[in-house]
Amino acid sequence: MAYDVNGTTVEHDEEGYITTLSDWTKELAGVIATAEEIDMNEEHWAVVNFLREYYEEYQIAPAVRVLIKSIKKSMGPEIGNNKYMYELFPYGPAKQACKIAGLPKPTGCV
Amino acid sequence: MSETKKFLYVNRKAPYGTIYALEALEVVLIGAAFEQDVSLAFLDDGVFQLTKGQNTNGIGIKNFSPTFRALGDFEVTKLFVEKESLEERGLTADDLQEIMYEDEDDDWEEKPSIKLVSRAEMADVMADQDVVLSF
Amino acid sequence: MSTLHTVNKSPFSTQSLQSCLNHCKDGDAVLMIEDGVYGALTNSNMSKQVQTKAGNVTIYVLSPDADARGLIGDKLLGEVIAVDYAGFVKLVTKHDRTQNWL
Repeated sequence: MAYDVNGTTVEHDEEGYITTLSDWTKELAGVIATAEEIDMNEEHWAVVNFLREYYEEYQIAPAVRVLIKSIKKSMGPEIGNNKYMYELFPYGPAKQACKIAGLPKPTGCV
Repeated sequence: MSETKKFLYVNRKAPYGTIYALEALEVVLIGAAFEQDVSLAFLDDGVFQLTKGQNTNGIGIKNFSPTFRALGDFEVTKLFVEKESLEERGLTADDLQEIMYEDEDDDWEEKPSIKLVSRAEMADVMADQDVVLSF
Repeated sequence: MSTLHTVNKSPFSTQSLQSCLNHCKDGDAVLMIEDGVYGALTNSNMSKQVQTKAGNVTIYVLSPDADARGLIGDKLLGEVIAVDYAGFVKLVTKHDRTQNWL
């Protein structure tokens, strides 16, 4: 199973998480988002970028609470709240945003 | 409302040589969702999990040592490390990573998560728990 | 005739390194791999014994395993020689037999 990014293929698992983290590019994120029926805007990107930075530092996806706190700080409380995160990522910021950010499926997510 | 219990995860194995250390960390992270009173104990070879400067590029295993620094975000803020175990291995507190958490009860002040304890104090920590999980 | 001994357990959790050092002969080589690399730590309970033994047997540490565990620079005994995977293979071919202390 693979995504197609301008003719190059990027392998993913049965749930759509990419198998090699270093395969990730912004273009790939766009392709995964399209597959998830998400139209990426500035707010989606803020979440995806934060997830990638956090993972780079700690080798793990953040707790949702930590994600929301950071987005609240950078983009304000009307965006940085639990309800709005689910509007951005209807299947959940943990599962869906991590997939687009090219991170592994979060620990403890069934 | 369920009552909060005191959970202790006991880490006695070095990282990488066996899967225990990584498994323990994953259980801690999953368990954090249950909002219990969690402590971690590092003794015997478990103290090696927290050392600085780990680089696993050459062995093809994920370096999970940076993840300990994220534990504060999961409200896991008590990491007890046994002094005697460090000394037997030629280590001091300076050989360990700095692991901090933000104390929400104290205006989010940054505080160290690692608490060095003697063997006798570690025994007291263990005896003070409701549930002890060993790795 | 000489033997390459490998040790893959931490000396602080099993007797493997101790027993290996007790049994190896002058001219043999000891290679610490996996958690065995902790045997090459400076200032530990094992350091002295490893240093003393290093006069009669050559002691090696597998550097990818040492790096993974942060055993670099002054954390490693000066008497211990670091080898990579290719060096490991050379040691195996150089000695008449390999004995693994599990």
